[in-house]
Amino acid sequence: MHFLYPMCCFNSLLNLTCQNQNNYIQDHLKSALFDAFCLTADVFNRPLCSLISLFFHFFSSFQMQFMLLFSRQGKLRLQKWYVPLSDKEKKKITRELVQTVLARKPKMCSFLEWRDLKIVYKRYASLYFCCAIEDQDNELITLEIIHRYVELLDKYFGSVCELDIIFNFEKAYFILDEFLLGGEAQETSKKNVLKAIEQADLLQEPRHEYFNVPVY
Amino acid sequence: MPAPIRLRELIRTIRTARTQAEEREMIQKECAAIRSSFREEDNTYRCRNVAKLLYMHMLGYPAHFGQLECLKLIASQKFTDKRIGYLGAMLLLDERQDVHLLMTNCIKNDLNHSTQYVQGLALCTLGCMGSSEMCRDLAGEVEKLLKTSNSYLRKKAALCAVHVIRKVPELMEMFLPATKNLLSEKNHGVLHTSVVLLTEMCERSPDMLAHFRKLVPQLVRILKNLIMSGYSPEHDVSGISDPFLQVRILRLLRILGKSDDDSSEAMNDILAQVATNTETSKNVGNAILYETVLTIMDIKSESGLRVLAINILGRFLLNNDKNIRYVALTSLLKTVQTDHNAVQRHRSTIVDCLKDLDVSIKRRAMELSFALVNGNNIRGMMKELLYFLDSCDPEFKADCASGVFLAAEKYAPSKRWHIDTIMRVLTTAGSYVRDDSVPNLIQLITNSVEMHAYTVQRLYKALLDDISQQPLVQVASWCIGEYGDLLVSGQCEEEEPIQVTEDEVLDVLEGLLVSNLSTPVTRGYALTAIMKLSTRFSSVNRIKKVVSIYGSSIDVELQQRAVEYNALFKKYDHMRPALLERMPIMEKTATNGPTEIVQTNGETEPSVVESKHLPPVTHSCISQSFDYLLLLTLCLGIPPMTAYNKNGLKIDFTFERANPNPNIAVITIHASNSTEADMTDFVFQAAVPKTFQLQLLSPSSNVVPALNQGTVTQVIRVLNPQKQQLRMRIKLTYTLKGSAVQDLAEVNNFPPQSWQ
Repeated sequence: MHFLYPMCCFNSLLNLTCQNQNNYIQDHLKSALFDAFCLTADVFNRPLCSLISLFFHFFSSFQMQFMLLFSRQGKLRLQKWYVPLSDKEKKKITRELVQTVLARKPKMCSFLEWRDLKIVYKRYASLYFCCAIEDQDNELITLEIIHRYVELLDKYFGSVCELDIIFNFEKAYFILDEFLLGGEAQETSKKNVLKAIEQADLLQEPRHEYFNVPVY
Repeated sequence: MPAPIRLRELIRTIRTARTQAEEREMIQKECAAIRSSFREEDNTYRCRNVAKLLYMHMLGYPAHFGQLECLKLIASQKFTDKRIGYLGAMLLLDERQDVHLLMTNCIKNDLNHSTQYVQGLALCTLGCMGSSEMCRDLAGEVEKLLKTSNSYLRKKAALCAVHVIRKVPELMEMFLPATKNLLSEKNHGVLHTSVVLLTEMCERSPDMLAHFRKLVPQLVRILKNLIMSGYSPEHDVSGISDPFLQVRILRLLRILGKSDDDSSEAMNDILAQVATNTETSKNVGNAILYETVLTIMDIKSESGLRVLAINILGRFLLNNDKNIRYVALTSLLKTVQTDHNAVQRHRSTIVDCLKDLDVSIKRRAMELSFALVNGNNIRGMMKELLYFLDSCDPEFKADCASGVFLAAEKYAPSKRWHIDTIMRVLTTAGSYVRDDSVPNLIQLITNSVEMHAYTVQRLYKALLDDISQQPLVQVASWCIGEYGDLLVSGQCEEEEPIQVTEDEVLDVLEGLLVSNLSTPVTRGYALTAIMKLSTRFSSVNRIKKVVSIYGSSIDVELQQRAVEYNALFKKYDHMRPALLERMPIMEKTATNGPTEIVQTNGETEPSVVESKHLPPVTHSCISQSFDYLLLLTLCLGIPPMTAYNKNGLKIDFTFERANPNPNIAVITIHASNSTEADMTDFVFQAAVPKTFQLQLLSPSSNVVPALNQGTVTQVIRVLNPQKQQLRMRIKLTYTLKGSAVQDLAEVNNFPPQSWQ
């Protein structure tokens, strides 16, 4: 039943794109739309791709592959992926990693080797902040990155707690996306990150005097 | 139709659910409502619905029907819509689905939007999850934004460019002009991301690397300013100015200084300065020091600087912070090959780390300890390592035991000490010892002729205590079978000989046969040992009786042996002494292959005949065909192969197996050059799929002489625990007649024996 309604969406999108004079994009979009139609039915049958194929790369680069936030009960509060993976793979990785990190005793060090990655994690109150970095990355500075993100959240929400992140998860993402891009820090000044978020918040519609009135 | 419920309201409601089923019900109800809202093309609340969908997606529920809605939000004019739309795209779409291509046009428009925050959203999304096609289509826009004077956009464009280059490396060239004055920026955000971009480019292309070497003085200057400048509130972290930027610059310097004398020299001073002036009381200072140490070790730094770096690591080892200790051990492990003596100085601290509570630290300390063992410190180190073996967790015991055997083999000060060490390992961690250690130990014992009496006595005593550890029992049975006569006659010189009768010995061996603790393999060893004693002991009748009993054993292996040995008593008694005499000293590498299985009149003799000539492994392994195959491959040479042959450069691979670990293939590359000119700065690099591990040792030289006048050799060790098909990608760089040549190749034609 659910794959019937995309047809109408496709039509409207098609109308939108027909206004676009660029023929290449038009053709491109038309074929992509058709594929997408077939895709919605197909998406459940997508096979689980081998993780080995993902991690096979020639240069050992410096890159954060993903960041996860989860509670002590293992509930996911935020997931940011900087490498392309299917939903199934993401779920598998999340499940395994959460289990591994939660099994660690409190006095253990913040780094562990997991598959081919280095995992850097730190617990702040009831939340675990967990980053996966690559072989050549500097674990200690990754701890600083995690700490910086926590400081940003703290400044934005005013003494942040897990509930803030649960109820305002989209804001947590917005802040993360102003701090990191593609797994790298884009801004090293706390002030500038917060200023950018502030300005962006002001742009949201409807513009109220008290912008903490829920927008959606 | 009432307005759909608000996001926070939904979150609140879902959190009141007391069971998984209740939650599922709420979610399904809400999803249905959202779906009908989508169907009605509701523009006002689309944003709210998608936000709710994203929350439900995070809880683990399917949200694919919202994918197209995200696209519509992105196409909307409202900023709120775009914000949620892009977030949804990053969470729900990925490059495996064709739907995401539909975003390309929207992103293109938004990259040129009048509001920088919209441009920012587009750059962020592209830089986070853009596929190769999208990157190809939009690289031009990114390049344009890289040249803008707006630092907010410039820094994002730089990281977006990094992503584009990762996805489509051929596009790297087009970003080169824009990098011209990136480092003259004052804005730290732009500086940081520019350094990241430059790092990526230098990593991927030797040409870029050569091109950007001229930036070293500028980078050194920027770093110096950061260190020397006073307090800057905006970038300060615990008294250090912009540590993120410092670390990134240090990393770029590392790449630029590697194998380049001039650049390395230009950065020597600043590295020394950072190493000595950085405040180490907090993690952030140590993070910078760590990066500095890594850089010093990788470039061509002077020896004084290297010693300074190792000393910093030594200080790290004493730090209270576990993370710092861990990082120090990891780095020391990397440098122990090249700066062995300097690391030796910290040996006692490293050995102390064996007693740490943290598992990761213990493992690192163990690996490092084994790397530090040499002829001088073997006795002391072994004491510590054996103590560690006693008390460590089971997950370490196998590796530790193997490590001890290896180290003992290489550096044993005396045969007696060697045997004692082996005994200690077998008695304390006997059940964790790897299967292939048993034949190796047997070979070792056989070759230590003067220690036979001592060895058999000690093993016998150990058997009296404990028969549960199979490797110990197997080695002991074998020894008693071979040297039982020495045991009974009390000939031991090394220690007080024990009084033991033939019957007592046979009691012990028979006990092994009947015990529940013995595996079939162990029983096989025991039976053969009893048989051998028939030529060394006088109580032959007893032995005959035992052997005939097992002629009707349920275990096929035992039965076969018993029947054969019986036949030996009855029909071939004249051959018995010769067949069962002492094993000769064995060669270290099994170069003598197994004799052909001679079928004599269809009798079951052949396996007994074989046992005279083969190493004792086959006693227990002959029925296990895969072990036999392993022996065959050990004995037969693995043929060499040509991995690469192009443009005058030929690379051959020759193979050998690393003893004792059959999972490691040792490949030696031989590079030869048939052109008229020498190939200089020859660098061979290899990469393997992630189920393998690769270790590349130093090459014999980096000049491949012309006209096949000589070869460059280099050893590669590949660990292949899963016995998967070996594949390799190799990268060759060299300079021929003044121009740099670079080539990539896949090597797939490995002979099956090299990885099976």
